[in-house]
Amino acid sequence: MPKLALFLAILPGMALAEIAPEQAARLEHIVTQDCGSCHGLTLRGGLGRPLTTEALAGADPATLATIILDGVPGTAMPPWRPLLTEEEARWIADYLTTKDQR
Amino acid sequence: MKRALALALLTLLPLPALAQATGDLGLVVERASGSLLLVDRSDRAALTRIEGLGDLSHASLTYSPDERFAYVFGRDGGLSKVDLIDRKVVARTMQAGNSIGGAISDDGRLVAVSNYEPGGVKVFDAGTLAPVADIPAEGKTIGLVDLPGRRFAWAVWDTGEVFTGDFSGAAPVVTSLGIAGVNPFDAVLTADAHTYLVGLFGEKGVMSYDLWSPETPPQKFLTDYGKTGEDMPVYKMPHLQGWAFTEGQFALPAVGRHEVLWVDSETHADRGATPVHGQPVFIIAQPASPYVWVNFATPLNDTVQVIDSRDHKVVATLTPGKAVLHMEFAPRGAEVWISARDDDRVLVYDTRTREKLAEIAAKAPSGIFFTARAHRPGL
Ligand code: HEC
Repeated sequence: MPKLALFLAILPGMALAEIAPEQAARLEHIVTQDCGSCHGLTLRGGLGRPLTTEALAGADPATLATIILDGVPGTAMPPWRPLLTEEEARWIADYLTTKDQR
Repeated sequence: MKRALALALLTLLPLPALAQATGDLGLVVERASGSLLLVDRSDRAALTRIEGLGDLSHASLTYSPDERFAYVFGRDGGLSKVDLIDRKVVARTMQAGNSIGGAISDDGRLVAVSNYEPGGVKVFDAGTLAPVADIPAEGKTIGLVDLPGRRFAWAVWDTGEVFTGDFSGAAPVVTSLGIAGVNPFDAVLTADAHTYLVGLFGEKGVMSYDLWSPETPPQKFLTDYGKTGEDMPVYKMPHLQGWAFTEGQFALPAVGRHEVLWVDSETHADRGATPVHGQPVFIIAQPASPYVWVNFATPLNDTVQVIDSRDHKVVATLTPGKAVLHMEFAPRGAEVWISARDDDRVLVYDTRTREKLAEIAAKAPSGIFFTARAHRPGL
């Protein structure tokens, strides 16, 4: 039993790109507040579609990271490259696809 | 110890039925915690926190004609009726999966909500929140405003179509005003209910509808604005509720640019542009003055600028706090209340000296709504 708890505690950390904890907090803040202004504070959708783990089931995090960095041309989804590094975008993509399981 | 006991007693005692006048009250949306902070403008203080309103990102609200009730439009589709005197939620309905805003009819009898998912406009009885009408749309509805005569106007993001709905008779009468353009993102009504302006995101331009003479064809303006320059990505949709009308001009946010645009409100002729600190989000006229106040999209959202509408010059640049989301003026313009989300504060500024008068603690505050809005059309 304690073994399992330990495993669970470590797993999310391993799934995410290498990012310092304080930076992770900043990125989480960006996701709720800035992405949330279009995708909903709870990410259940707004002008942009839902970004819940359920809605993104089966999505490839690398592809999502590219969408985040380059946006979706012809839609309201802006490119975040001017504000986020590739590591940060990848962290957000991993975070989005796993957060509701944590 | 005594203090703790008194505090415990206070929280146990039911609140007395307060006969408080509501004309100088307001509500601040605390977006992350799903709560509202009831504030007193005269005391520059928070009175209490009202909880349990769901997802309040992007939430807005409107007031009943007697300024007692607020109708709160939550992002999660929740419509809540809040009593400012009893200081609690008195009615609540989950009316859609995802909604964006609403309006109250000129006579205060009907509340309309504009929905994203499923798209459309739903109308409720303002007393009971019982459903009255359901107008589906082929997409997300935006820019819902009230028109005189128990009517509303709105636009559809996906199709670009603009509608008016007349709810004065037994059955609603919905009229299409045609297509405004690609992806209207918000719309606003002038205070005289003459002009309905629909801002376009998918193409350059703003469509203007003359609601006093509906036979007049709509006019598109600002269509070639900035075609030469490369637009910047838009990280936050500008709001039009705050479009300012001043000195015979509209002051408009340039979508994707660090500029405020000035347009003649009669002829729609270009009257110039003011370079500003960032991409404008709200541009709000300071009542009884020539000034407009502007806040900006992330990441430049710690700043507020004041522009003189006569010469279009920036006359002041303030840095009230981190993530400034909204500004609300006292109805006669003496003060402006500014929400700084990431500082968990609402800041009160004197509009003449532009000095800070007070700070009020609030949890991730966004919209600030004073009860005087009850008497303004289009809000
Ligand atoms: C200005 C509005 C806006 C903001 C801010 C915004 N998005 Fe989007 N986003 C959209 C829209 C609109 C779409 C849908 C595009 C389409 O129709 O394909 C979208 C699509 C996406 C998609 C693709 C979803 C899918 O199912 O394919 C991802 C991933 C995404 N956004 C992530 C983000 C992240 C992460 C942020 C914050 C860093 C963010 N977005 C901020 C508007 C926005």
